[in-house]
Amino acid sequence: MSRASGLTIAVPRGALFGETVDILATLGMDTEELRENDRKLLFEEIGVITMRPSDVPTYVEAGAADVGITGKDVLLEQATRGSEDPTRREVYELLDLGYGRCTMVLASREGPDPAVEALRRLGVMRVATKYPRIAARHLEETGRQAEIVEVKGSVELAPLTGMVEAIVDLTATGTTLKENNLVVREELMVCTARLIANPVSHKLKAAAIDDLLERLRAA
Amino acid sequence: MIYPIPSGTRDVLPDETREVRAITDTLRGMFERNGYGEVYTPALEYESVLARGDMAEAQPAYRVFDETGAALVLRSDMTVPIARVVATRYPTAETPLRFCYFAHCYRGVRPQRGQPRELLQAGIELIGAPAPEGTAEALSVLCHALDATGLKDYRVGLGDASLFPALMAAIGVPEEQRPGLLEALARRDFVELGHRLAAAGLEGEAAELLLSLPQRRGGPEVLTGANAQVEEAAAGLRMVRDLLEPGVAKRIIFDLGLVRSIGYYTGAVFEVYDPALGAPIGGGGRYDDLLARFGRPLPAVGFALGIDRLHIALTGEERGTGALLAQPAGEQIA
Repeated sequence: MSRASGLTIAVPRGALFGETVDILATLGMDTEELRENDRKLLFEEIGVITMRPSDVPTYVEAGAADVGITGKDVLLEQATRGSEDPTRREVYELLDLGYGRCTMVLASREGPDPAVEALRRLGVMRVATKYPRIAARHLEETGRQAEIVEVKGSVELAPLTGMVEAIVDLTATGTTLKENNLVVREELMVCTARLIANPVSHKLKAAAIDDLLERLRAA
Repeated sequence: MIYPIPSGTRDVLPDETREVRAITDTLRGMFERNGYGEVYTPALEYESVLARGDMAEAQPAYRVFDETGAALVLRSDMTVPIARVVATRYPTAETPLRFCYFAHCYRGVRPQRGQPRELLQAGIELIGAPAPEGTAEALSVLCHALDATGLKDYRVGLGDASLFPALMAAIGVPEEQRPGLLEALARRDFVELGHRLAAAGLEGEAAELLLSLPQRRGGPEVLTGANAQVEEAAAGLRMVRDLLEPGVAKRIIFDLGLVRSIGYYTGAVFEVYDPALGAPIGGGGRYDDLLARFGRPLPAVGFALGIDRLHIALTGEERGTGALLAQPAGEQIA
């Protein structure tokens, strides 16, 4: 096998892609084709498969990839605390890679916070998000009743149209929020890229995974 | 017209049943040959009785009330019912007692491949046989049974549930921090474990040890370098290994971070892995305190195999496909 690591690595397309490929290159992997061909999904020679970040835990849990890289936001949305949660992903979280740093925030329109007013007068705040579980958990933990509205596209639109009073979303620089006259009311958590592993691979390919870990720590 | 069945359950038709039956017949033969007699227990039990075991993890998913208003649950495993059987039906019998079972258990999991809500488990319980001999016997029966089914590339991860708690105690981790650290380890969330260690004010060598030791897994060498604080658990695992015949010993991967999420395990714990499946095929361990909760204090050990998962792994090995098989070979069996 000519694969550099002896492992199959799930690499996220999207915001984390560039830095992930850079880090793989520093490990001595030939990443030229990976950078140039954005239609190809399977790069067998280097043991890489590419997919959207939210699919990474799915492939790693099933063992279709031994390890993968994805955002903590994805893991939190899919692998919530507590083993009693039936939707959690059975993957091991091995390393905080540090890059792809974003903050999960609760934001609403500038001026007097419409969410606070809704909560006071109507007893419930409506919150749009792509992260319904993170949002629901945060509001529950802070003792507020909320109606979670799941959207797939631009979340910023939801409060501007009056559909909801607030949003929970991931932001890197806050520019999009500002452009839409939204202000951050609360910071929920900081999310970075994480290395995850399949539980069986973690045992059966222990040496290869430990070697990868060591080289990633040093990178 | 489609008449649905509950999520996470399924019908098994003749072709599949024939294959499953071949597997369970083989296992039953091996169990019986080793002196493990088969038992049946009710699928429904009183919740108050099963709660004597540990229900935190094996949370019963289905509850009903009988005509007197008593809460009944569908069993989530067979270990606790068999502990009840031993205490009530064998109160004075000589030990060790050996039982095997083939039974459907019910869990509130997310239905996915090899992870149904109704699952057929095959397993043994060895009651009244302390470590290390009892543990070695259970591991031998496990490997002989899997060998008999024709599974080739499986490995058995072996750890000790008391190892990390002992390490935390030896290092002097504040009592109130320990459950959180153990919970992060049980999920193998090493990033979270690191954060929690830092938040608990642990740093330097102590934090490094708490973070690195549970990541050690491999051959017997992971035991020799083990720290003095975990020597007791390491020595216990070494003694188990010394009792194993070579054909069983070669399957063992020592894993100092192995924590089974079910709370009644006290000492050695183990899990079965096969490269044809991305999740463990089964597992087990020592539960030396469980029988006492039913009034008959006896050391015990057992394991359960998921028959569907074993079937998937066997099929995957046969076809040369399946999770990790499409990938470069795992580390070879020594």
